Amino acid sequence: MSANFYYGIEVFLNGLMAGVMYSLVALGFVLIFKASGIFNYAQGVMALFAALCLVGFQTGQIPFAHLINAIFGTQIHHFGWQMPALLAIICALLMMILFAFIVERYVLKHLVNQEPIILFMATIGLAYFMEGFGDLMWGSDIKKLDVGLPQGGNVWLEEKTASLGGEDFYGFYLDNLDIWATILAAILVTSLVLFSQYTKTGRALRAVADDHQAALSVGISLRTIWVIVWSIAGFVALVAGIMWGSKSGVQFSLSLIALKALPVLMLGGFTSIPGAIVGGLIIGVGEKMFEFLIGAPFLGGATENWFAYMLALLFLVFRPQGLFGEKIIERV
Amino acid sequence: MKLSKIAAAFVATTMVASPVLADLVFPSLSYRTGPYGANGIPFADGYADYFTLVNERDGGIGGVKTKVIECETGYNTEKGVECYESTKGEGSLVYQPLSTGMTYQLIPKVTADGIPMHTMGYGRTSAANGKVFSNVFNYPANYWNGASVAINHILAENGGDIKGKKIGLVYHNSAYGKEPIRTLEELAKKHGYDLSLLAVDHPGQEQKSQWLQIRREKPDYVLMWGWGVMNQVAIQEAANIRYPMENFIGIWWSGSENDVIPAGAAANGYKALNMHAVGNDFPVFGDIQKYVVDAGKAAGAGDQVGTVLYNRGLYAAMLAVEAAKTAQEIHGTKDITAVMMRDGMEALDMNAAKMAGLGMAGFGPEFKVTCENHGGPGLGSVTQWDAAAKKWTQISDFGPSDMDVIGALIMEDSAAFAAENNIAERCN
Repeated sequence: MSANFYYGIEVFLNGLMAGVMYSLVALGFVLIFKASGIFNYAQGVMALFAALCLVGFQTGQIPFAHLINAIFGTQIHHFGWQMPALLAIICALLMMILFAFIVERYVLKHLVNQEPIILFMATIGLAYFMEGFGDLMWGSDIKKLDVGLPQGGNVWLEEKTASLGGEDFYGFYLDNLDIWATILAAILVTSLVLFSQYTKTGRALRAVADDHQAALSVGISLRTIWVIVWSIAGFVALVAGIMWGSKSGVQFSLSLIALKALPVLMLGGFTSIPGAIVGGLIIGVGEKMFEFLIGAPFLGGATENWFAYMLALLFLVFRPQGLFGEKIIERV
Repeated sequence: MKLSKIAAAFVATTMVASPVLADLVFPSLSYRTGPYGANGIPFADGYADYFTLVNERDGGIGGVKTKVIECETGYNTEKGVECYESTKGEGSLVYQPLSTGMTYQLIPKVTADGIPMHTMGYGRTSAANGKVFSNVFNYPANYWNGASVAINHILAENGGDIKGKKIGLVYHNSAYGKEPIRTLEELAKKHGYDLSLLAVDHPGQEQKSQWLQIRREKPDYVLMWGWGVMNQVAIQEAANIRYPMENFIGIWWSGSENDVIPAGAAANGYKALNMHAVGNDFPVFGDIQKYVVDAGKAAGAGDQVGTVLYNRGLYAAMLAVEAAKTAQEIHGTKDITAVMMRDGMEALDMNAAKMAGLGMAGFGPEFKVTCENHGGPGLGSVTQWDAAAKKWTQISDFGPSDMDVIGALIMEDSAAFAAENNIAERCN
C-alpha cells in the first residue's frame, strides 16, 4: 500500500478523535435539552467558566483580585499555594453545582411554562453574564492548564507503524490528549447511560424528559431535576473545558467551542446521548476526510467549518429530527 | 499694596484673555473584551500609560495635556466604526484601530474627515504609498515587509541559498491572514523556494488537518500569520508533531507571551518577527514605574508592563506623541488639529538621538516619513522565545526587507485603489 493510503487512515483516525472532542461539547447541550427542552446557548461559556475555576483553584489565584485591588488599592493576586489537580477539579465541580443552583433559583424558576424561545433568550443572557463574571473573577489573561494529561504525538504508535507505508510514511500520528479524551468520553457516556437507566434519579430524569406534567403528577420535583441536570451539564462542560483548554490554554475563545457542537447536534439529534457521540464521530471524520481528499488539494483548504454544517444539513433533509432524535408527531 | 493689586488684576486679565488650550485628544479603539481581549488589553494599557507618562512627567505635549478617549470595540468592525463616529467630534488627532477589518472601513472615512490614521504593522499594506493614501500611515513596517524579513532570516540561516527549500504558510483565513501570500509568491519566484499554503478558519481552535499536512510534507520552515487562539493552538500542534520550533516563525501578531505560555516548555525556540524591542530594559520603563504605576495611574493592573503587546502600545503612543510635537513645530502652535497632526506624521523623523532622549534608544528602527512614503523603511527584527526564562529575546537587528519586490507590489495595489476611487496622486 502507498504512503498516501496510510495517511488517509491516519486522517480517518484523527477525525474520530476530533469527533470525540466535539461530542464532549455536544453532550452538555443534549443533557439539558432532554430534561428541560432548553437549548442552552451558555454551554460553551460553561466550559470556559469551569476551566477558569479549575485553573484559578489550582494556581491559588485570588478571585476578583483585580476588582479588590482597584477598590482598595491593594496588590494581591495569589494565595501562594498550588492545589493538586484532582482537588482543583473537585472544587471546580462544586462551583458548577453551585452555578446550577443559582441558575435554577434565579433564572429557570421564574420562567416555568414560558415559551422555549424565552428560555433560549435567557440562556443567551446567561452566557454574556458568565463571560463577564468569569473575566471579573479570574482575569482575562490566557492561562496554561495542566492537570497532568499527556500531550503530543504517541511515539509508541508512531514507531510501531512507521514501516507500513515505505520511506514516505512516518507512522500513524495520534495525539495522546485525544486518546485520553476518547477514554474519558467513553467512561462519561457509559456512566451517564448507567445513571439514567439504573438509578432512581436517572429514571426521574427520563420521566421529566418524556413528559414534564406527568412527572410532576407523580411527585417528581422539577426544580430538583433541573439542578441535577445543570450540575451534570456543568460536569460535562468541565471535562470539555479541560480537554480543549489543554490544547489552547484557558481563554475567552474556549466559549466558541460551542460552534463545533452545533453540526453534531443537528446530525445526532438534540435528545440522544449516543446521537451526540455518533454525530460527533461522523462530523469529525467527514470534515477531516473532505479536507484531506478535496479541501486541501483542490479548494485551498479551510473547508472543515462549512463542510461540517453542510454535512449536518444534508442529514437534516432526510432525517429532520437527526440520526437518533425523537420523531415528533403532533396531531392537529 | 496698590502695585500688588495692579499686578493681580493684570494676571487675572491675562488669564481671562488668553485662549484656554484644550487637551490633545488621542482616541483608543481598544478591545478589552471578547475573543481577542487578552491581546487587546496589554496594547491598550501600553498606549494609555505612555500618554499618562507624558502628562505626569513632561506636563503634556508642548505644555498641553493629552487625553485618551477609550472606546471598546470588542475587535468588531461595526463597533469600531461606531467608535470612530462617536469620538471623531471630540477633537481626535489620530486613530489607531488595531484591526485590519476596521482599517479598511475607516480609510475612506478618515480621508473625507481629514483625520490621520496610523496602522502600525497591520491594515492595508499599500497605504504605504502616501501619494494615494493621504491620511493613512503604516510606518515603521507592514505585513509585506514582515514576510520579506522572515524570508531574509531564512536566507541568512541557509547561506543565502534557499532554492528548493519547502516553506509553509499557516494563515488565518481572512483578509489579514492572506496579506503576505502575494509577497511570498513573488519572493518564491526570486529565490526558488516552494511555497505551500495552509488556511485555518476562524477562530482556529481545531488545526489537526493543517498540522497533519505539515507532518506529511515536512516543510523546512513554517511561517504563521495568526491571531488569538489560532496562535496558541498552532504552537501546541507544532510541538505535538515535534516540528523544530526554531524553524517556525510567526508574524509580530503571533509573537506575544500569550501565544507561547500555554504550550509551556514545548514552545521553547519558537521565533516571531517584531518591529520594536522586547523586554523592559530601557530607561523609559523606570519612568513608567515611577510616574504611572507607582502613582496608581496605570491603565490596567500594571502587570503587563514590558510584555510584547504592552511595548507595542507604548511604541505606538510614543510615535503619536512625537508626530504631535512635530506638528506643533511645523505650525507654530501648541493647540494642533487633526489636519496639523497629519502634517506632523508626514514629517516625522525618528532618529537615534530622539529615541535616546526619550529613554528608548534602540527600541525601534530609525526612520523618516515623507509625503511619498508613509510606510517607513520596512525594517523588522527576529525574536525568539526562551521557555525556561519565560521571555522573548531579540536575536537580530532591525533588518531590511526586499523593497524591490514590495515596492512594486505597493505601487500596483495603490494604483488600482487610486483608479477605483478616482484619486489624483499628490506629492508632485
